[in-house]
Amino acid sequence: MKYRYKVGCSIENLKGVRDFVRTSLVEHGVSDIDISEVVLAIDEMCSNLMIHAHQCKADDLFELYILMNKSESLVVFEIVDDGTVFDINRFHEPDLDNIIHEKRKGGLGIRLVKSIMDKIEYEQADGKNTCRLSKKVQFN
Amino acid sequence: MVQIKRIQEDGTDIIIPIGEIDASSSIELDLTIAKSVGEGFTKILIDCSTLEYISSAGLGVFMSYIEEFSDKSIKMVLFGMNDKVLNTFEILGLSELLTIVKTKDEAKQKV
Repeated sequence: MKYRYKVGCSIENLKGVRDFVRTSLVEHGVSDIDISEVVLAIDEMCSNLMIHAHQCKADDLFELYILMNKSESLVVFEIVDDGTVFDINRFHEPDLDNIIHEKRKGGLGIRLVKSIMDKIEYEQADGKNTCRLSKKVQFN
Repeated sequence: MVQIKRIQEDGTDIIIPIGEIDASSSIELDLTIAKSVGEGFTKILIDCSTLEYISSAGLGVFMSYIEEFSDKSIKMVLFGMNDKVLNTFEILGLSELLTIVKTKDEAKQKV
């Protein structure tokens, strides 16, 4: 089962992204706490992409796919766009004391995504970037 | 997507976010807290009972006041969070850095 959502890079659209993720996972009986965590992780990834790779340009579009891999109890998200790639695996989050001291609001979102998701991979082909995030969940 | 109310009880400012705080709405929270500080409140409660969702943008707002509040002896206590919102704070270990309690009564005792 694969779900697709096309979204413009205005941060006003994050609510729509969250609703799309939540609705798709509810249909498959994923637990409430798993849903709330992945909704958060995808919100963080999409807001980073909108703000940093697309400067919140409403006309820039990207695609979000959700794949339910029930045989492996895995939910896989793919974010496909054509902007600059920012590989969060290569980003070393500042520690929390540093965030407090320098009032840096960055880094928290990436820390959340890395804590929530089991695997984050990037792939580039034909001018498109795909970020694939997977998490083990329980389907009912 | 977030509406923020404020009420004052016994010299304590109570900030009540209603709805969802994400990258597009965290500025509202920031402005409200700044306003409370600007008006001279030193006891600030955040009533999270109607907060349905918070992302790192909102968490970052709370984090950004920790040092200033400690310097100015301003007490901020968060209360009434639902399990999902609390989980978001806990994933990052923020429940250690911020004062988070269950009820309004407990919160009032902490400020």
